[in-house]
Amino acid sequence: MTNQPEQSTCVIVGASHAGVNLAFSLRKAGYVGAIALIDADPTLPYHRPPLSKAYLISDDPIERNALKSPESYEKSTISLHLGCRVTHLDAGKQTITFDSASNGTTEVMYYSQLVLATGASPIIPPIPGSQQAVNLFPLRTALDVNNIKQAMRQKAAPKVVIIGGGYIGLETAASLKKLGADVTVLEREERILARVTTPTMSSYFTNLHEQNDVNILCNKNVEGLSLKGNINQLHCDDDTVYEADIIIVGVGVRVNTELAKMANIEIDNGLKVNEFGATATKNIYAIGDCSNHFNPHYGRFIRLESVQNAVDQAKCVAQAICGQPVPYNTIPWFWSDQFDIKLQMVGLSEGFTDVVVRKEHTDKFSLWYFNGSQLLAVDAVNNAKDYVVATKTIKNGLVVDKTTLGDHSTAVQFL
Amino acid sequence: MAKITFVTQDEQSITVEATSGSIMELAVDNNIPGIDGDCGGVCSCATCHVHVAAQDMAKTGTASEIESDMLELDDNVNEYSRLCCQIDISDDIDGITLKVVG
Repeated sequence: MTNQPEQSTCVIVGASHAGVNLAFSLRKAGYVGAIALIDADPTLPYHRPPLSKAYLISDDPIERNALKSPESYEKSTISLHLGCRVTHLDAGKQTITFDSASNGTTEVMYYSQLVLATGASPIIPPIPGSQQAVNLFPLRTALDVNNIKQAMRQKAAPKVVIIGGGYIGLETAASLKKLGADVTVLEREERILARVTTPTMSSYFTNLHEQNDVNILCNKNVEGLSLKGNINQLHCDDDTVYEADIIIVGVGVRVNTELAKMANIEIDNGLKVNEFGATATKNIYAIGDCSNHFNPHYGRFIRLESVQNAVDQAKCVAQAICGQPVPYNTIPWFWSDQFDIKLQMVGLSEGFTDVVVRKEHTDKFSLWYFNGSQLLAVDAVNNAKDYVVATKTIKNGLVVDKTTLGDHSTAVQFL
Repeated sequence: MAKITFVTQDEQSITVEATSGSIMELAVDNNIPGIDGDCGGVCSCATCHVHVAAQDMAKTGTASEIESDMLELDDNVNEYSRLCCQIDISDDIDGITLKVVG
């Protein structure tokens, strides 16, 4: 199965979806060397999607959302180094240096293969006055969410302002609304989800939130923060002011590139890797949110922030490390749950020329994005059936009959 | 307490116990091969597909609309198919057997 000598060591920096899946995929692919998984987060690695959804509104401990049980790591002989920050990478000697959080010591570890699954960090815009703000949080880690939960308990029906109307911001808005908060979303662009979807979907989600009593306000650029008593005041550049007991910042992420820079890895919207997940630096790979991978299906470099990408790239790199390389050729898919709506997306709509709508009713429809006859992507709202048909269509390069596609009562026809 | 038996693709039979949570979580906790639960249990990824033993269908119930839709084009779908993240563990399902489809 493998040509790895037993003394080889694979070091994985970053123990979230990508890193953890890589460790277990390596064992599945027959890797017999040591596997070390290192992360600065002290919590047993957990699912991130629930952070803005189920975990935020429940009292369950984070362990209920663990990616794997502690016993699973033991059984697969994967050594976990949690609460440890990697401070140095020497690509020549093939070593990394990390601080142990518990006893303040520094450890140097040799790697045969190094996988950077370092993810990304939330951008906190340098808004004047933000140092004085109270209860201002990003939402990326379990600790962030615990802090938000704690702030929510300080007051009944707190006023929450969410800066940024992306998926994280909107999911958080829906969750906090369920908890009884008074929620306002301030979006800098002229529509929410502007970076990630089309105007039709933006408008659908605006309506959904407004119907659920969330204030969605666009063209709102927050340029200053101040405190009045214990209440934050958010000053926008159109001279409006919003009050908030709690501020959540969801304006996107910045890829964590510090270690990659030490190894002179090319960085261009993330760590550049080929179709096998390898960087140009010997024995170093990159997976997950931090990687900008060459995707043979699209014939270009793509950086994705999704669970699917993390998991599938992990499998791909595990194969490459075990000497059975298979190109990463996957069609991206995503989902978002807000209120009672499940949005499922497949493909990338970039470059679409026309859209066909299949609509059963207001809250059950799908948008099919085409470039000519080629189906690029589908957004399905409460419509898993269309989502799976679309997935098959895109994967297999099938051609759908656009003339009948718009009739939801007719099954999707192929030409 | 419910005892759940998983039969893996290579016909290995593994029986585990739990009192709460979903079958998918139980399977992942116990490293049952073929059940990944990548989406964390929200019926979005279809990586926890099982066939419920015919005699146990009354205990688990049949697939919901979204489960059936997610599995519609799966080559191995049949009338016993469930996404096991959607099956909650309780005393009511004690003793069931699930064949992992993967």
